[in-house]
Amino acid sequence: MKTYDNGVQALKGVDLEVEQGDFFALLGPNGAGKTTLIGIMTSLVNKTAGTAAVFGYDLDRQLELAKSCIGVVPQELNFNQFESPLTIVINQAGFYGIPRSVARSRAETYLRQLQLWDKRNNTARSLSGGMKRRLMIARALMHQPRLLILDEPTAGVDIEIRRSMWEFLRGINASGTTIILTTHYLEEAESLCRNIAIIDKGRIVERDGMNNLLRRLQTETFVLNLRGSLAQAPVVEGFALTRTDDHTLEAELNKDQSLNDLFAGLTQQGIEVLSMRNKVNRLEEIFMRLVENKVSNG
Amino acid sequence: MADDTRARIRAARWIGFRTIVYREYSRIIRIWGQTLVPSAVTATLYFVIFGSLIGKRVGQMGDAAHSFPYMQYIAPGLIMMSVITNSYGNVVSSFFGAKFGKHVEELLVSPLPNWIIVTGYVAGGVVRGMMVGGVVTVVSLVFARLPVAHLGLILAAVLLTSIVFSLGGFINAVFAKNFDQVNFIPVFILTPLTYFGGVFYSVSMLPDWARVASHANPILHMVNAFRFGFLGTSDVSVPQAFVIMVGLAVALFALALTLLNRGTGIRE
Repeated sequence: MKTYDNGVQALKGVDLEVEQGDFFALLGPNGAGKTTLIGIMTSLVNKTAGTAAVFGYDLDRQLELAKSCIGVVPQELNFNQFESPLTIVINQAGFYGIPRSVARSRAETYLRQLQLWDKRNNTARSLSGGMKRRLMIARALMHQPRLLILDEPTAGVDIEIRRSMWEFLRGINASGTTIILTTHYLEEAESLCRNIAIIDKGRIVERDGMNNLLRRLQTETFVLNLRGSLAQAPVVEGFALTRTDDHTLEAELNKDQSLNDLFAGLTQQGIEVLSMRNKVNRLEEIFMRLVENKVSNG
Repeated sequence: MADDTRARIRAARWIGFRTIVYREYSRIIRIWGQTLVPSAVTATLYFVIFGSLIGKRVGQMGDAAHSFPYMQYIAPGLIMMSVITNSYGNVVSSFFGAKFGKHVEELLVSPLPNWIIVTGYVAGGVVRGMMVGGVVTVVSLVFARLPVAHLGLILAAVLLTSIVFSLGGFINAVFAKNFDQVNFIPVFILTPLTYFGGVFYSVSMLPDWARVASHANPILHMVNAFRFGFLGTSDVSVPQAFVIMVGLAVALFALALTLLNRGTGIRE
């Protein structure tokens, strides 16, 4: 639990356990309490009440051992912009008790893997946004943590680099590192994570396996692009269709309805569908419903 | 906790401490124009103006039994002044800069205990203090002969003073919310205390009330203990001066550690 001095209750009794080796998504709207929760785990935020443990090490009683297991990539840039990437990662290893000779060899490994080796002696502030994010990942890995916490690691990173970072993180997870990820890119969470918790207004509102959660999605909305133009939405029995413009229809299907039936109904009326896509990512649809329900219930 | 875990933690702490000190040392060297040169320039100006030009008219300084040429008398004070300013300035600017740039979080999320973080920053301040003190000593030797009466006392006084003011700088940085608050203490408190701390004169020249008031100024005790190490003369009791320095160092270390444990100014 966390209550700030100004009375804001950022976390209201969060009860959450993450399995060792998991790739875990922690999602929630802005201000939901994700960063506060991570702050408590990494001891940047003092909790008001409750207990937290990392691999069995209690944060109140065995803080040093608990922290030695964690690597963190924060949301905001937090390295010395006037130092070089090489210095930054080697120093960070030193703070975790890694001898300098070992740190040098690890620095080369991680900076090469994250395509920063060529920039190792530049000042950090001269790096691009994506490079700065990757530098924070390299820094977090220098002591080879058992738990890697990533707070929106790909924010502001272009798609190509984001996808290469996903591959890198999959590899890190496959080698046994537990990963907790917060992100606003729900496609990222759906693609990477096996388990998920959704936090809203300081409470966990959902906690499940990613596949289970997606399976629970009752309806899905598709956007259909049409060859001809329509003056009004057609009527196909059993389907909710909405016309958004002359050439576009939106169709909301329950999970037991068939797309074949929809297409058959449209074909009968001489309507030809050129292409189709999901209106939103499936996880996004669940996320919005959970958070919106919570808002309307509250 | 198993013995090997304890040994591993001890080794990790030592590496962490060395890393903080090395990072501070690298910073001092990287920006040497801001860290090492200004004190040498200032000391040279003091020696030329106060020592050489005005000092000739001042003549001898000290008590009847031990009087010295003015230039020689002020040299230990000027060295100590540079040590005080630089020890304080190094820690306050480095730690506040780390707070401001958020890279203090690199240390806060690491397993290093808070006492190591405080000690590491203080050691960084001491390194800068000693380096600048060394530079100013070399400048002093150009202008004055510096006898060494008690080498051990010189080293102990300069080390303790540097520790005290490094801790002061750390506490200032913890509380500071902006750069104005970083500069406030050095400009409005530290500089007046240093100038009234017997750097340029012997308090025996002052009227009684001013002499008594001067004894409340810890810098007077530090400067005189240091001067005693060189010249063998002091306006204050040297043992008492060391008690004050050790007492201040212990009290300020306890305060700095308490602030860091509470997370004042750095943790939410």
